[in-house]
Amino acid sequence: MPSSDNYESVVGKANAEIASFGGRDKSLIDRFHHALHTTPALVPLIVLVTAIIIFGLLLGTRFFSPFALTLILQQVQIVGIVAAAQSLVILTAGIDLSVGAIAVLSSVIMGQFTFRYGIPPVIAVACGLTFGTAIGALNGWLVARMKLPPFIVTLGMWQIVLAANFLYSQNETIRSQDIAEQAPLLQFMGNKFNVGGAVFTFGVVFMVLLVLILAYVLKHTAWGRHVYAVGDDPEAAELSGVNVKRTLISVYALAGLICAFAGWALIGRIGSVSPTSGQLLNIESITAVVIGGISLFGGRGSILGTFFGALIVGVFTLGLRLAGADAQWTFLLIGVLIIAAVAVDQWIRKVAA
Amino acid sequence: MKKLLLSSAIALASMSGAALAGSHGVSACLITKTDTNPFFVKMREGATAKAEELGITLNSYAGKIDGDHETQVAAIETCIANGAKGILLTASDTSSIVPAVQQARDAGILVIALDTPLDPIDAADMTFATDNFLAGQLIGQWARAALGDDAANAKIATLDLNVSQPTVDVLRNQGFLQGFGIDLADPNVIGDESDPRIVGSDVTDGNEEGGRRAMENLLAKDPTINVVHTINEPAAAGAYEALKSIGRENDVLIVSVDGGCPGIQNVKDGVIGATSQQYPLLMASKGIEAIAAWAADGSKPSATEGKDFFDTGVALVTDKPVDGVESIDTAEGTDLCWG
Repeated sequence: MPSSDNYESVVGKANAEIASFGGRDKSLIDRFHHALHTTPALVPLIVLVTAIIIFGLLLGTRFFSPFALTLILQQVQIVGIVAAAQSLVILTAGIDLSVGAIAVLSSVIMGQFTFRYGIPPVIAVACGLTFGTAIGALNGWLVARMKLPPFIVTLGMWQIVLAANFLYSQNETIRSQDIAEQAPLLQFMGNKFNVGGAVFTFGVVFMVLLVLILAYVLKHTAWGRHVYAVGDDPEAAELSGVNVKRTLISVYALAGLICAFAGWALIGRIGSVSPTSGQLLNIESITAVVIGGISLFGGRGSILGTFFGALIVGVFTLGLRLAGADAQWTFLLIGVLIIAAVAVDQWIRKVAA
Repeated sequence: MKKLLLSSAIALASMSGAALAGSHGVSACLITKTDTNPFFVKMREGATAKAEELGITLNSYAGKIDGDHETQVAAIETCIANGAKGILLTASDTSSIVPAVQQARDAGILVIALDTPLDPIDAADMTFATDNFLAGQLIGQWARAALGDDAANAKIATLDLNVSQPTVDVLRNQGFLQGFGIDLADPNVIGDESDPRIVGSDVTDGNEEGGRRAMENLLAKDPTINVVHTINEPAAAGAYEALKSIGRENDVLIVSVDGGCPGIQNVKDGVIGATSQQYPLLMASKGIEAIAAWAADGSKPSATEGKDFFDTGVALVTDKPVDGVESIDTAEGTDLCWG
């Protein structure tokens, strides 16, 4: 093929175009493409706003009210918090299947330590949080030091933690009324306040603050940049002086801690301590991450995107229910969204060259 | 690492040795949907106690999650290989399990469906179950009587199990609606009723989280809902949390089905108005007795008169009894509760 002989010159041409990229007027689509590439959270944000507008038009004030819109926040708070943890792990090109199990067992520990052993709730909550962190750190240690694939490690840990959850709790539910009476601190995340018809729980506030803080930390601190670097190319990161192992362990440990907080928020949300809740949190969190535009191959995407991803699922769920659609349609549409999100991601990546 | 593997291999070998040694005489299998739900935990307790009493070796199996069909099929195959005399089964997938059940029956094993009828119901030798339609009907009649004249303009929400509408879900839902005096249209389908008193239905997965979310969704649709049917008591507890968050927990009537101990406590505390209690322990112990009879003289259990299954009974538990609906109070309900 003669064109292969011209390889160098073709590259030369292409380079010239790219060099002029910033200054030259491009078509609208190109600019849009570029904007999407530099701001990964933009796509889910656009989908989210569009979905809200469409449901708002279809359903009127039933949907487009402060009450309904903040209800969505309340409904996605647990998934949102867990998805933030999942984002951190996926940014390092890992995956954490044990997130939901850690959250549930942490909440069970908080409840049972208080009710079974009579430990003060403050200490019981601290124990739950410590437990989550420890399991996360163990995941991280197995991934970083033992060089085991994250999928395998967390697949195993998911089973271990879930089984431990049922064995330890003896499947006993601690009733909401008992908690409210004896240990209201456990339901702390369920406290709420009104702002003109909008209802916010502490759990929702926690989720939003968590996302904002993580977004800042990931973008503006050395640790945050290391997380991206490790996910993008661990060898290159290692060579440029990043302590890859320590970064990985810290990421999994932090994810564990965040999951334990999700467990605490779960008590606030459902009132009771129930060992059977949160069974699908791992899949739901991965769904939010993928719809939020974070690459499963690591190193690319933003935690704000995950937040929007979780909200998109919440908007669809409530919107479709209000519209009277069968619940099955929600799953179908979320499936479409997942595939569409990855397709868009591929399209955006093409412009990266 | 090697040492660990070796020692666990030895442990495994000795364990299976012990199992083999115990498998002489009559053996039976209990296969439940999961081994985590208190309902099945209680069922296993009942079966174990009765098996010990009658000198039957009982092996228990369970799916990993509700809906785990493959594990149940594997369990049936294990039971056949083990030479079990009988199988007690709560099927996750009531129609797909039928060929495996047939295989067991062909091998001379008595198969009894507990709690959940197979599809078709005669695929098993007998079904020991709660009459779920009746369970729903009782709470429906109670809710209607408790509301009195207001029942004519009630706003009803039904919080059901999941989108695939399993039989138990349909029976409880339709029973409730019939008891409340609503035209069912097709009694095999949830949600085809045209009565304007029904605000809507949503799915809960039978847990607190789902109950709360479903209640919130329906309240967003119509905040004046005042009667709530729930598939089970955890879903009811979740619905109550949603109502509490908008300050309506005292003017909405919640009814449920199950009769678990936390649920009965919730009836006592006024969270749930009334619940229909079922008896998993009885299902399991009756099942073991049937297997013992089958092993002894080949006799099969027979169905309750007028029904195509053996009815293990249901009782309405409430502290606010109404005329025309028989009920027991929470003190009695607590004595009989499970989980």
